[in-house]
Amino acid sequence: MADTLSARDDAPATTAKHPPDPGTDDLIERGNEFVARSVTINRPRAELYAYWRDFANLPSFMDNVVSVDATGGDRSHWVVRAPAGKTVEWDARITEDRDGELIAWASEEGADVPNSGRIEFRDAGARGTVVTATIAYDPPAGTIGKIVAKLFQREPAIQARRDLKRFKQLMETGEVATAARNRAQHAEEMN
Amino acid sequence: MRALTWHGKHDVRVDTVDDPEIVNPRDAILKITSTAICGSDLHLYDGYIPTMQKGDILGHEFMGEVVDVGPGSTLKKGQRVVVPFNIACGSCYQCGKQQYSACDNTNPADNQDLGHTLYGHGMPGIFGYSHLTGGYAGGQAEYVRVPFSDVGPIVIPDGVDDDKVLFLSDILPTGWMAAENAEIEPGDIVAVWGCGPVGLFAVQSAFLMGAERVIAIDHFPHRLELAKKFGAETINFEESKTYEALMEMTGGIGPDAVIDAVGLESHGLFLDNVVDQIKASTFLGTDRIHALRQAIVACRKGGRVSMPGVYGGMVDKFPLGALMEKGLTLKTGQTHCQRYLPALLQAVMEDEIDTTFLISHRMPLEAGPEGYRMFHDEQNEVTKVVLKPDMALAA
Ligand SMILES: NC(=O)c1ccc[n+]([C@@H]2O[C@H](COP(=O)([O-])OP(=O)(O)OC[C@H]3O[C@@H](n4cnc5c(N)ncnc54)[C@H](O)[C@@H]3O)[C@@H](O)[C@H]2O)c1
Ligand SMILES: [Zn+2]
Ligand SMILES: [Zn+2]
Repeated sequence: MADTLSARDDAPATTAKHPPDPGTDDLIERGNEFVARSVTINRPRAELYAYWRDFANLPSFMDNVVSVDATGGDRSHWVVRAPAGKTVEWDARITEDRDGELIAWASEEGADVPNSGRIEFRDAGARGTVVTATIAYDPPAGTIGKIVAKLFQREPAIQARRDLKRFKQLMETGEVATAARNRAQHAEEMN
Repeated sequence: MRALTWHGKHDVRVDTVDDPEIVNPRDAILKITSTAICGSDLHLYDGYIPTMQKGDILGHEFMGEVVDVGPGSTLKKGQRVVVPFNIACGSCYQCGKQQYSACDNTNPADNQDLGHTLYGHGMPGIFGYSHLTGGYAGGQAEYVRVPFSDVGPIVIPDGVDDDKVLFLSDILPTGWMAAENAEIEPGDIVAVWGCGPVGLFAVQSAFLMGAERVIAIDHFPHRLELAKKFGAETINFEESKTYEALMEMTGGIGPDAVIDAVGLESHGLFLDNVVDQIKASTFLGTDRIHALRQAIVACRKGGRVSMPGVYGGMVDKFPLGALMEKGLTLKTGQTHCQRYLPALLQAVMEDEIDTTFLISHRMPLEAGPEGYRMFHDEQNEVTKVVLKPDMALAA
């Protein structure tokens, strides 16, 4: 008992050196692998929440996401880039939604890559808002898994950090930074 | 357009490349009128900076005329502007604190990974200076795309010559911030290592901030001569023992503040072995911080160390004990150019600060490769090369 207590600290569970036991963390709806990243954005919480809540906006800063279409109610259809010009698709539903605070979603039963995500917004005083994204997924097995494995090979933690940085750039500056020299090059980068 | 491009070690060329265009709303396009070669460019020239790619357009010190603007730019066509070498967004937390060179947002996200690995944080964007700092095309060209053009560029009044204001882009604010970081008090003795452009502007700035004496250290007689012109006393480290000379010249106390305006410029070896993570054990370049080490050891107890000189990796035999035991304060960083531009423009226009003395060579952009060679090989006489795209090539 005393041992367990002394082992705990105030750091987020997602930074633990040893992953939590399955079932002990209600954070994760679907998927056993998970990454979480926080970024501080110098904008009001409500504004950030509103932009994110419209899932159709996600491809503007998420590199791998081709499109997210609202399909009625709390449901949406996701198309995500995979290697070799392929895409993976799934349906998702919103599992929790608190205005200005939190959005959580999870893939529907039968998705090729069972996954879930959660984005939280917390006030950070003069610094704006702390945004924390948690993405969980099951590394796929089987034939389709081969393609998809490659998709996630690109360090999901790095991908998440990059996506959040782009979200921050867009929200703070109104644009996503690019070194493209001209519009043709820029269009190429966006693909 | 024509542009000076990097192709490898000691291989820069003037190539024909696509013209830049407005890409993002806050962009502006400049037609370059003057652009300088910097000591920092020599790192690229020597092939020591990783993440350079063949065809990258060089140049982070430039000015020109606005020829196109995006809807979010505050500039107007026809205005003449000088552009800071580091790109700042103006709206992140650090920019709000005028820590522009710590901007969060100007480096494309994918280019920030290496900064995270090396420094724990992604670095902001810099023009023409490798992909670690964004991969932005530089200004040693006929035209350049300037992102976030509503934040960085400063508008130059008509009738003020390019040569007078060009150095607002980097080395003048860098010399100024170096002196500011030295927290000079009236009556202070300040020692400056390196009489390149940064050191020479630090000498001038230190006097303006109230230093009673400035001691300048280098080994190039011509550069030391320039420091002398501004009232500095000099030490030629090939003629005299620097530490001993400083002690004697300060009555055994040591300088109140020391400024390292050398960095790794003249010693070369830099990020190459930093990035070579596997060979982390080769961080042996103890000579490379020679000037900094000497500065810390010479500084008086309770004094200040200002380090505008650029470093990129880990160092060996850093005199940490001297820093702690003597209670020194160390300040450093890429220059927050934007913070200083209005006041420095004023000072230059009122001739409080001399800038044009530095320029030893003016040449057409087409002669850029020769400019690099000279600045690299003939440091004594060649103090600053300015390229002018409109200048005709000598027959
Ligand atoms: N912090 C910034 O934002 C910023 C901006 C511009 C340049 N810099 C850096 O400032 C430094 C100086 O730039 P510069 O353009 O003046 O370069 P430079 O190469 O023209 O000048 C460096 C001078 O230092 C002298 N030197 C070399 N070893 C020395 C030693 N042991 N003791 C005394 N002097 C020595 C050289 O002879 C030379 O004259 C470089 O590291 C450059 O990258 C920093
Ligand atoms: Zn420079
Ligand atoms: Zn910023």
